Formats: sequence, C-alpha cells, structure tokens
Amino acid sequence: MAEITMPKMNLPGTATTVSASAPLIAIENLSLYYGASKALKNISLGLGEKVVTAFIGPSGCGKSTLLRCLNRMNDLIDNVRIEGSCKIGGHDIYAKDVDAIELRKRVGMVFQKSNPFPKSIYENVAYGLRLHGMKAKSELDAVVEKSLRGAALWDEVKDRLHSSALGLSGGQQQRLCIARAIAIRPEIILMDEPASALDPLATARIEELILELKKEFTIVIVTHNMQQAARISDYTAFFYIGELIEFDTTAKIFTNPSKRQTEDYVTGRFG
Amino acid sequence: MGIHRGHKARPAEWLAEKFIFLVSLSAILMVLLIFLFVAREALPVLFGETNTALVQKPIPPDEVDKHSAAELEAYLEITPDQLARMSKETLRSLMDVKVEAQNDIPEEFRNDPDARINTTEWQYLLKAHQWSGYDKPEHIWQPVGQVKKFNIIPLFVGTLKVTLIGLFFAVPLAVGAAIYVSQLARPRTREILKPVIEMLSGIPSVVVGFFALLVMATVLQSIFHYQTRLNAFVAGIALGFAVIPVIFSIAEDALTSVPRAYTQGALALGASRWQTAWQIVLPAALPGVFAAAVLGFGRAIGETMIVLMVCSASVMSWSIFDSARSITTTIAAEMAEAVSGGPHYRILFLLGALLFAATFLSNMAGDFVIHRFKQKLEGKK
Repeated sequence: MAEITMPKMNLPGTATTVSASAPLIAIENLSLYYGASKALKNISLGLGEKVVTAFIGPSGCGKSTLLRCLNRMNDLIDNVRIEGSCKIGGHDIYAKDVDAIELRKRVGMVFQKSNPFPKSIYENVAYGLRLHGMKAKSELDAVVEKSLRGAALWDEVKDRLHSSALGLSGGQQQRLCIARAIAIRPEIILMDEPASALDPLATARIEELILELKKEFTIVIVTHNMQQAARISDYTAFFYIGELIEFDTTAKIFTNPSKRQTEDYVTGRFG
Repeated sequence: MGIHRGHKARPAEWLAEKFIFLVSLSAILMVLLIFLFVAREALPVLFGETNTALVQKPIPPDEVDKHSAAELEAYLEITPDQLARMSKETLRSLMDVKVEAQNDIPEEFRNDPDARINTTEWQYLLKAHQWSGYDKPEHIWQPVGQVKKFNIIPLFVGTLKVTLIGLFFAVPLAVGAAIYVSQLARPRTREILKPVIEMLSGIPSVVVGFFALLVMATVLQSIFHYQTRLNAFVAGIALGFAVIPVIFSIAEDALTSVPRAYTQGALALGASRWQTAWQIVLPAALPGVFAAAVLGFGRAIGETMIVLMVCSASVMSWSIFDSARSITTTIAAEMAEAVSGGPHYRILFLLGALLFAATFLSNMAGDFVIHRFKQKLEGKK
C-alpha cells in the first residue's frame, strides 16, 4: 500500500489516494448499508500517519459513519452491513480474527458531545488504563498527569483531581475526553465534531490542542465548520450523500478544488 | 381584560391542575389517616391502660363510687364511652360477674406468679421473661391461653429474617437480569424477556405461597437437608420470587436510562460490553438500582400471604432454617379472633403501627441514600 498517486480528475466514488507517506489507514471500495439503504458508496481513501485529516460535507453525507467504521463502532448498531476493506497498518480491521476491543485500544475516539463518565477527573483518565491492565498507583498517577498535560487541562484540574468530572465546564469536559483517549496511547484518534457544542474560546483551545497532538497521533476529524477544517487539517475529504467527492491537501480543497460540488460547498453556496 | 385575566384565561387547565393537586394531597391525607387510625387503636397499650393480669384485687360492687372512672375502665376492660352509657345496675352486675370470675380461678393458678402479671407492660412486650415452667428467660408470643404472652420480639425477628432472605435472594438475581436485559441482550431477546419477567408480578402471592408450600419446600429440603421442612428460608425464597419483578422492572428502567454516551465512551476506550455494563453503566444507575431495592424491601416486608402459608410458628430464633412468623402474618391470622377492644386486639394494632413506622423510616433512609448517590454522581456532593 505504499503507492502514492496524485489526485486525478476522478469520477465520484472512484479510487483516490493521496498521502504524504505510506497510508496508515487504507480504505478500499468500502460500502456500508443500514438495512437496505446504502449509506456509504464505494469509498476509497488512504490516510497518512501523523497528519490531521478532516472529513467535511453536509449533514447526512456519511462522514461520521465512515469515521465510526475506523474503530468499528458501527458494529454496535443492528442491521449494519459493510462491504469492501479497511486496513490499518496493513491489517484488515474487518477480518474475522480481529477483536474489535483490541482495535479500539489502537484507535481512540472523541465524541461530538463531551461524555466524561460520572466519576472523578482522575478516574476518568485512569479508567482506560485500568481496563488495559495498569494497576500500580505510581504508574497510573504518572500517566494521568501526562495525559492531562497533553490535553492542556492539568493546570486547571490538578487541585481537584478527585472531584467529579461532571463539575467541569463543557470545554474542560471535552479536553478531559481527549486526555482519556490519549492516555491509552492509541495510534489514531478519531474526532467526531469535537468542538461543535463549545463556545469560540473553548473551540480555539481544542484546535490548538489538535495541532499539538498531531506530533504524536494520527488524527481524523469530522467537522461542520469549514474554517476549522482549513485551520487545523493537512488533508481534507469532501463527502456528499454517501460518496467521496474529492480528497486532497487542505490547501488545494479550499483554494483550488477540482470538483464543482466541492467548490460550491467550501464557498458556502450549499450545505 | 387581556393580560390581566390571570387563571381565568385557561379555566380548563387551571381546573385540571387544581384537581391533580387535590388528588395528590388526598393520597398524603389517606396515609396519615390510616396511620392515625391504627395508632389510635394501639394507644391504650402505650398509656398502660390495658391489664391482662388474671388475678386482680377484686373491687366489691358496693365500693364502685370510691374509684375513678379510669380505674373502673381498666378493671372492667371497657371504654369510657361504654362506661358512660351504662346504668348503675348494669355496672353493678358487671362488677359482680368480675368478682365471680376471680373466685372461679382455679387454686393452682392463684399461686402462679404469672397470673398476677400484666403482660401488656413494656417489659413483657420487649424483654425476655422467665415464665413459670421455663428454665430461662424467653421471648414468647402466645396470645391465647390462661396467661397471654405478647412479646413482640419474635415477630420482628421473624419479619426481618424472612425479608432479608428474600432480598438477598431477589436483589442479585433481579439486578443481574436487569443488567442482562438492558445492556447485553439482543433486542429480540429483550423483547421477550422483559415482559415475561414483569409478568411474574401478576401471579397472586397466594399461588406463589401454594407453590412454595408444596414444591419448593420439598426440593429445598432435599438440597439443604435441614430439619424443619417449612421454615424462614423457604418463605424467604418464595418471597424473593414475588419481589424479583418489582426490583427488576425499576432497575431495568434505571439502567436503560443511563445515557448512551457513557456506553459509547467506554466501548471506544476498548472496554468489552460486560466491562461497560458493570463498571460504567451500573455505577451510573446506582441511585435507581438502590431505589429498586428499597421498593423491593417495602414489598417484601409487607407481604403477608406467602409467609402465612409457608411458615408461621412464632419461635424466637435467628436461624434461617427455623420457622418464623412475620408481623403482617400475625395481624392477618389473629385479628379475626381477637376480642375487639381487648389487649390482644390493641397489641395487634400496636404491631401495625410499629410496622408502619419501621417501613416509613427505612424508606426515608433509603431516600436519603439515593439522594446522596445522585449528588455524588452529579459531582455536587
């Protein structure tokens, strides 16, 4: 999968692979059905390592669904059927012998609405670590601190680590969810509109954080906010009604898109 | 006119709201009235106005004027109302009867110290007493016979024993089933299981009691090899069956209403469905699950029929393989034969009032704990 092809003038839904390095995530001809309706149509996409890729598109275009394919969260919904393949690091994550639970340790996720557990701040971050067998108090303390620092939250919460996470503000809660996700050191972090419920200041902090996290993690982010995609992502994929319309560097998508539909969308003519 | 019309603007809504308010108020009133009625019947015991002493100092009918009304009431075991309505002659003849009754007491009882005891005094109601013929002080509930023994401790022990066995059996099963149905089962399975378990609550408790009496008692005895076939253990398990649907139903609702975002968050961290249910969903639903257990406790402590059918000897024993007689069972079985207004009758009402108070207090305590759980979860503390 080391092949690197520069974007060509493709018809919607045909293979497009752009990547600075060998793609870490290789989606090939992936289709997803909810019962009889086809929600994703023959998506092919290669995402590089340690870059931020943004999925944009109008509501219902399938961007969140595709994101959830990457850590098999769609497994939890009945009546979902997936065709095609999705490889991470060369392994097909939909192969029969793959344990979705192991996969989710490697592919973390941050949700649209912050969802800290009703436990203490410390326990929220430590939960994933304990799940994966870390028991020693000193080790836990160190990783919790490191993760909270990594999520730019440490200074705000270091004095109340053992009070409830639900007492934090919305932005702090979302950063706690990011700390929780990075604590278990996944390779990839999926973010599903992580700032859409936050005020502009909290959003700015999350965006700074994403740029910081890029140094260590591969990030795939779904966003409705075009400026956000332009600010933080290296690559952008534009989806429309279940199809991948265009995938290219963010700069190109926003300044000189190849497709008419993409141009209409990023300039705000529809969507 | 216009904005100044107040409640007249929507008279139907105003009326409906007031009506609903009245209904809820009447519920509170009803509870209060029931308690007042029950407690009122028990008051003479509390004020020491009942006397069960077999041998009493007889009051000669001629001396009727030397005694106060209260003394006469206690002596003749009549209410003030009855006393007021009696003519002098009736009173005199009633006192004659009393004197004759005293003379009729057999000689051997006359010398028995028990015959002089008023067994409705607090010390005999609560503390062990060495009755004649016994070699050590004992708690005895024996409301019929020459000397009526009204020690209520065996009944409380019996109630607690049966209720706790029932809860120990029902809570883990019901909560486990609730976790399975709400978190782990496939939707298809859930659609079958939930109504079937809830249907259990539709079985009349007399039928459960019947089943326990005939089938469960034999099966359990062959497993555990205890001596008494019908005992608190069998009654407790049968009680558990009656309580399971109550606890299940509420616990299941509480678990299902835990936000899906928690579940998703845990799964995305690599938790299995079991870990998610056990470590995230159950703690988040703890107030509701605890409320379910409290409600189950109320249902179990008030259940009469099952215990009545399976076991009802009022022995004073903490062993779960001995018989037990619960308070409700005692009231149900003995009320019909207790003389209205007599000491036995009064004490049955006292038991009812005490049971009411105990249930009320335990519900209050439960509520307090639930509140604390909730605050802790919401991070308010």
